Amino acid sequence: MSARSKTLALHVGVILALLLLHFVLPTYHHGNLARIMVLSVYAMGFNLVFGYTGLLSLGHALFFAAGMYGSGLTIAHLGFGAEAAFLAGVVSAFIISAIVGALALRTAGVALMIVTLMFAQAGWYTILYFGEYTRGDEGFVIQRPDRVFWGIDLSDASNRYLVALLLFAATLIITLKFVESRFGRVLVAIRENEERARMLGYDIFRYKLGAVILSGTISGLAGASYGLLFGYVGATFATVQYSILPLLWVLLGGAGTVLGPLVGTAFMTYLIDKSSEYTAAYMIVAGVVLVLLTLFARQGIMGEVRRRFLPWLP
Amino acid sequence: MEFGPHLLLAILEGAVQAAVLTLTAVGLSLVFGVMRVVNVAHGEFYMLGAVLAWCVTSTLGGHPAIGFVAALIIAPLMVGLIAAAADIFILKRLEYEPKNTIVATIGMLYVIQQVTLIAYGPEARPVQAPFNQRISLPWFEFGDAGFALTWPWGFGTTTYKLAVIVAAVVVLIGLWNLMARSRLGLIMRATQLDREMAQAFGMPVEKVNAMVFGLGAALAALAGVLIVPIQQAHYLMGAEPLLLSFIVVIIGGLGSLAGTVLAAVVIGLSDGVISVFFSPTLAKILSTLFVALILVFRPQGLFGKRDL
Repeated sequence: MSARSKTLALHVGVILALLLLHFVLPTYHHGNLARIMVLSVYAMGFNLVFGYTGLLSLGHALFFAAGMYGSGLTIAHLGFGAEAAFLAGVVSAFIISAIVGALALRTAGVALMIVTLMFAQAGWYTILYFGEYTRGDEGFVIQRPDRVFWGIDLSDASNRYLVALLLFAATLIITLKFVESRFGRVLVAIRENEERARMLGYDIFRYKLGAVILSGTISGLAGASYGLLFGYVGATFATVQYSILPLLWVLLGGAGTVLGPLVGTAFMTYLIDKSSEYTAAYMIVAGVVLVLLTLFARQGIMGEVRRRFLPWLP
Repeated sequence: MEFGPHLLLAILEGAVQAAVLTLTAVGLSLVFGVMRVVNVAHGEFYMLGAVLAWCVTSTLGGHPAIGFVAALIIAPLMVGLIAAAADIFILKRLEYEPKNTIVATIGMLYVIQQVTLIAYGPEARPVQAPFNQRISLPWFEFGDAGFALTWPWGFGTTTYKLAVIVAAVVVLIGLWNLMARSRLGLIMRATQLDREMAQAFGMPVEKVNAMVFGLGAALAALAGVLIVPIQQAHYLMGAEPLLLSFIVVIIGGLGSLAGTVLAAVVIGLSDGVISVFFSPTLAKILSTLFVALILVFRPQGLFGKRDL
């Protein structure tokens, strides 16, 4: 088999396996996996910038929250239907990532991390400041009748899983296509050697901006669907923690691998889930994993798999 | 209270905040300047200082001053040692590569914070100040009887708050002497200017790194000890000073100690004053945006000369 057909078989296989799990999983894990799939969409969005372009953003929660609040607020205050609200969420994330990208990409390295962090903090404070509409930390619930998308009731567990799977599959395929495209290859070239890419005549800024916008829009899509699928919009999703989590998922799963975000998100979600049974200080797991990953396993799980067993893995 | 006394009170409160903020931010700036490390866990060292101060004072008992003086020595020392160990066992092995270092310090942030949650618990606990006399301040008025001194109700400060300001100034002068006059400071500055050349001249660059990281953390811890009689010790208290220190260090120009001190005083004061008259959340929105835009358009900071 050629590398291409192997890749295709593997990714279609993963999607089919997730579909199969829909019929066999007990309720608790079924619900968990739906959440993991939506969050891996977020992680895949983050991976485009961090894994493939080599830019560390510490402010992706801003894009996730833009999607979530863009859809949640239009439902709550403008009477939008779920379809229009979803679109509003994605468009808000698109606009915000374009603005943040255009400004933040004027910096590089450490400054870029701090700038993205500061923009995301400003976004979080803005949500708190307009507590009259956003209900601040407490957040608000999207009522069941508002969560009907094209006649599909998203509050139903079975529908929710299938819609999450659809989103996940679509993002997986888009990422796969993107990575193999000319654009994606230029991004990897920038990651590997920015000066050389510049010397070859690529407009680095334009490519990076494209990556940030695509990544931010996918993150916003994940945020908008999270709100609609689980019916809750809250300021927690705009905090630094939600900028750190995708970093953790992607690092653990393997930065710059297409399947890494899913693996990392699933692994970390269950790890945190298990440890929260024993202690209120469950985030210690996140801390320990971050330190150990930087010390001993910078490739992450799928990165190691690629290095040892499957060199063709995208 | 009228506007005049109110403003003066806000400035006094701001000065206390500025004093503590200066110590914390100088620690962060020192670490960045010499090691080029952005330490996201810096706020947790501040928190550890406050929490350890509670541990020391509650174990020792007796007159509050005894426990407090002990805490002033023990807490920064312990935090400094913890940080130096973190440098040797984690950061050094990462060879200070920026992206990995920042990820590792994020991890350290969670580890320190959550271990504190396990060991110390989620409660906020007070530490008694060693001395705490109220001082009422006079205010002048031009009334019908001409110029007169009045003593508006609630207009005053405490001796402890004034002592915090004095202590911060003393520590800063000490630090300045260390950096400018001592051999150790010379080595640190040499490392900051040109790490490779310093190493080539046989300077113990690795030891300097561990020492600087420890010293930076100890300064944050000292700030934590100083603030804890005014604010209670809590395992999440590190987030706010971290953000403020970042703002200060960036506006002051990264790695420039003088710029950092100046920016800390300005920001600490204005933060105190602004949050008395405006919504603190709005102030935070504006200051975070301001910092982001400074980094975008003037990365050397308002006072600094160096690029990030």
